Amino acid sequence: MAELNAIELEGVVKEYVSHGEVVQAVKGVTLDIAEGEFFSLLGPSGCGKTTTMRMIAGFEEPSRGVVKLHGQDVTNVPPNKRDVNMVFQSYALFPHMNVWDNVAFGLKQRRTPQEEIKRRVGEILEIVDLTGREKRRPREMSGGQQQRVALARALVNRPSALLLDEPLGALDLKLRQAMQIELKRIQREVGITFVYVTHDQSEALTMSDRIAVMKDGLVEQLAGPREIYERPASSFVAGFIGTSNLLSGVANGGVLEVGGGRVLVPEREGDVTLTVRPEKITISAEKPDGEVSVVPGTVTEVVYLGTYTSYAVSLAGGTEVTVFQQNAHDARNIAERGDAVWLSWQAQHSYALGS
Amino acid sequence: MTRLSTRMRGKLGDRLLHAYTWLIIAWLSSPIAVMILFGFNDKKSKSNTRWQGFTLRWYQELFGISDLTTALLNSIYIAVASTVVTVVIGTMLGLALGRHRFKGRGVTNFLVFAAISTPELVMGASLLSLFVSANLPRDAATITIAHVLFSLSFVTVTVRARVVTLDPSLEEAARDLGATPWGTFRQVTLPAIMPGVAAGAMLAFALSIDDYVVTSFVNGSTITFPLWIIGSVKTGIPPQVNVMGTLIFGIGVLIAIANAVAARRRA
Repeated sequence: MAELNAIELEGVVKEYVSHGEVVQAVKGVTLDIAEGEFFSLLGPSGCGKTTTMRMIAGFEEPSRGVVKLHGQDVTNVPPNKRDVNMVFQSYALFPHMNVWDNVAFGLKQRRTPQEEIKRRVGEILEIVDLTGREKRRPREMSGGQQQRVALARALVNRPSALLLDEPLGALDLKLRQAMQIELKRIQREVGITFVYVTHDQSEALTMSDRIAVMKDGLVEQLAGPREIYERPASSFVAGFIGTSNLLSGVANGGVLEVGGGRVLVPEREGDVTLTVRPEKITISAEKPDGEVSVVPGTVTEVVYLGTYTSYAVSLAGGTEVTVFQQNAHDARNIAERGDAVWLSWQAQHSYALGS
Repeated sequence: MTRLSTRMRGKLGDRLLHAYTWLIIAWLSSPIAVMILFGFNDKKSKSNTRWQGFTLRWYQELFGISDLTTALLNSIYIAVASTVVTVVIGTMLGLALGRHRFKGRGVTNFLVFAAISTPELVMGASLLSLFVSANLPRDAATITIAHVLFSLSFVTVTVRARVVTLDPSLEEAARDLGATPWGTFRQVTLPAIMPGVAAGAMLAFALSIDDYVVTSFVNGSTITFPLWIIGSVKTGIPPQVNVMGTLIFGIGVLIAIANAVAARRRA
């Protein structure tokens, strides 16, 4: 590890005093964010993700712990002297300045020569596809355009990291999906480290190289999107990222008895909680053969969702299992409400949560 | 037939409303019209209450009465000085009250309100006793202090109203982009609250230049424009006062028009 990390947090804690009581918004976060990485802080509101980001930006001072940028301790350095830039949730564009002056603001503070400002602002406006709109005021622009001005205003300074605080939250779904792809493209083009705060798991999964899932001021899991989805570290992560089925019981000889069925759990004995993703499960009318987990149940709900159909299946013990089946071949549903069915899945798709 | 009559009645109603509106406007502006008109009155007697013909004499002899000129200049100096001081302090107060939570915020808010609701008579009398007991000689300085005190709340309130509509992340964005705290204030905060500051400044200037009640308590031997006019009531107000009033009014109208044009351009 000769290369320095773009951002390092070491045991960072943030405490507030609220109504005479000490509240910990962040309870000790340690993580490294590599150069050029697209890193997401993901979690529900109040999990401390925004506070963590604001400590990286310098708007909040940690109560304890160290913040490092490129190996340099910046814990007590004010935001204007940190080599990171932020895209705010509200965009925070200066209303009295036009697009050009907004974007040039950072360079002017650094007393960059006029010609260089001209060149760099022109370049970045081209990257975010706003050439020709230099004289517009922010309020004369659509939400998506304002978003790109905010992005350009931060990126033009070539920061060592770009911090994005739920930047797509105010956009409608279609635009949000387009901007996700756009953001990823821009990040590849400029090669800058992105730290992305969001509560939207699909956003995080789509764009990130790595994700830190946060809960109650702590990091629950830090891994790549695939790992987080396929191998969640806790029932919280399993539930927060996508839909997940939880099956608990006592494993005996590699088998967990659930609702009159047999679930294969290799390498685990005793109390265990498994997660199975809904799209890994197959529904069939006949009991399938082979070395698979097999559980009988009754269909209680069928919801047609276009590309796939969602089935709610009730097991003998009362456990509800969600199953997604691709609508690849047949227009008809595989099962109807009230049908007795068999659920089956490969042994490797049961993932035991850490106890 | 019935439809026609309804329409006719509607038209009549419209006309009545128009006439009524213009009547009110005429009534409201008649004192101003009289003031402007009698600045052109070629009066021969002492009093300036009867129309005696048109003249531009009073415009030529605008500064012919030296006491009046001094009084007007005093008023302008005091208004400018108290406006500058008020705007600086009031903007800081408005920012603090609109943006930050601090100890004594509730008390400060109350005091701001109290200063607006205090009768001028009470404020004047208490300021006089304060200056007397502090052994301060009454002059232009005490008048300025008094004017700062009664206009401060108005500036504070207008600035505060603007500040609370301001997105706090604007200033964070400026800091994030490398601006110092002072640079942030100068380039982002101040321009964003400027409409409030400008409105407060105009208010402070207007309150100061025509104040009589409070000024009359704390003026000592210094005479301001309103004090001079009141003093001349018994002997007859000279037409120069009308001319000066007309000019002050004209400047006010120009500022208001400029402000409206600027607002339209901003929108």
